[in-house]
Amino acid sequence: MAEVIANVEVAPNIYRLKASGAFPGRMGQFYMVRAWDSYPLLSRPLSIFNRSEEGIEFLYQVKGEGTKLLSDLRAGDELQLEGPFGNGFPDRAIKPGGRIAVVGGGIGIAPLYYALRSWPDCDVYLGFSKEPYLTEQFKAATQGKVNVNVGGFVLDEVDLHAYDLIVACGPEPMLAAVQQKKLLSGSGVEVYVSLENRMACGIGACLVCSVKCRDTRRKACTDGPVFLAEEVIFG
Amino acid sequence: MINTAYTIAGVHFKNPVVMASGTFGFGQEYAALYDINRLGGISGKGLTLHAKAGNDGIRVFETPAGMLNSVGLENPGIEAFLRDECPRWESLNLARIANLGGNTIEEYVEGARLIEEDALFRKRNGNQAVDMIELNISCPNVKAGGMAYGIRTEVAREVVREIRRTTTLPLMVKLSPNAEDVVAMAVMCEEEGADAVSLVNTFSAMKIDIYKRRSVFDNLYAGLSGPAIKPIALRMVHQVSKAVAIPVVGMGGISSAEDIIEYIMAGAAAVQVGTHNFVHLRAGEQLIDGVESFMRREGIGSLDEIRGII
Repeated sequence: MAEVIANVEVAPNIYRLKASGAFPGRMGQFYMVRAWDSYPLLSRPLSIFNRSEEGIEFLYQVKGEGTKLLSDLRAGDELQLEGPFGNGFPDRAIKPGGRIAVVGGGIGIAPLYYALRSWPDCDVYLGFSKEPYLTEQFKAATQGKVNVNVGGFVLDEVDLHAYDLIVACGPEPMLAAVQQKKLLSGSGVEVYVSLENRMACGIGACLVCSVKCRDTRRKACTDGPVFLAEEVIFG
Repeated sequence: MINTAYTIAGVHFKNPVVMASGTFGFGQEYAALYDINRLGGISGKGLTLHAKAGNDGIRVFETPAGMLNSVGLENPGIEAFLRDECPRWESLNLARIANLGGNTIEEYVEGARLIEEDALFRKRNGNQAVDMIELNISCPNVKAGGMAYGIRTEVAREVVREIRRTTTLPLMVKLSPNAEDVVAMAVMCEEEGADAVSLVNTFSAMKIDIYKRRSVFDNLYAGLSGPAIKPIALRMVHQVSKAVAIPVVGMGGISSAEDIIEYIMAGAAAVQVGTHNFVHLRAGEQLIDGVESFMRREGIGSLDEIRGII
């Protein structure tokens, strides 16, 4: 059980929620979050936006009933967290001088902020359909460049040949485009995508978050949510 | 001393809480969260002779007090289960139930034969991994035009009879609430020598995306589970309990110890818990403790005192 410290609307329908407690987690992992008893039935998978010994932060968009209830939380309210779950971003060392970029579309920027702790000089590409948010925070968290695109295609600004490792998170069409761009580029860059499938259990038992991959089906919750881009077959 | 145990065809359930097929994997994921040996039993992920990839598209959708699923029996196949999961199952101290599905009679029978053979082999080595088969007759029957075996009593009879012939393991048949007559279905299972019936599986249901103007699910319909179905499932368990002498394992929407008590009062020997495992990952422990504390509060020494009293 965690206690809400703050829950701030940083842009229309986008909330930054902070809860107290030393919750562990690596970049790209997620928690199953709920702040209600029985209904809605399922918890909501939210990736770690930021964490410290004092607390953990989530960034979420109000989409349905569950996130609406989350948005009503006030300081002092209770939050139930199970996790951390998922494989997270690849955290092995890349070769000395290797360049990393993270690419986020809309609420897909959520898991990228915490990655800057591990990759303090990586380049950041943020795409928004309307009003951008938290861009100053990203700028303050990296020594690399931060590129913000509003209303266009953030991916157009990413030169795949300039990087050794790219992690992308965002709407499925964007991730499919990342995959396509990598395949056409002939670049040796390793590209990972972080998926946002619907989940029920979050621990690999129910198989509702199944991801169609080149060789087999995988679970977004335990095999992912982070996959090598070329592995995934996008619908 | 509180007694919550029950024995079905020689298989001991130390308490009535059994985890339902498809909601608990093969137990390993939950074993990382709590001691699953506290459970009465688990029914593993539904198995088919050959591995199945399951359905494409969206597989889950929440509804008021429930959820729709369209997993489509994704599973590693029986051989992989026997090879990869059974060594782990050997060391579990709870009733271990293998859930068997199939698309044709031949598939069902061959699947049951493999499980039987494996059980005999392990027995010779002094081991056991599967205590009971739960036969899922809700799978679509390819020969009958895709209609589930579990709809028509006389179509299901053939499967139950063949599986009963194939295995010496205790046999429980899992009934669909979509059956044309669930009581007749249960009576048929008893006539064909099943040791128990479990009910109900999910209700065939639907969700339409009105903007895309299509079903949310590639498979058109999906299975409804969760608290929304509990009152109907409870009524069916009550009716079936009155009609057969073999044990009835009740399930459908259980989300509290009080729900379990209701099923026991309706006549259930034990219960299965499904969707609630997603709501609270450690639900098993809470439910077991909850049943015992209810019994203490109410001065009930054994569940036998209240079983089938309605």
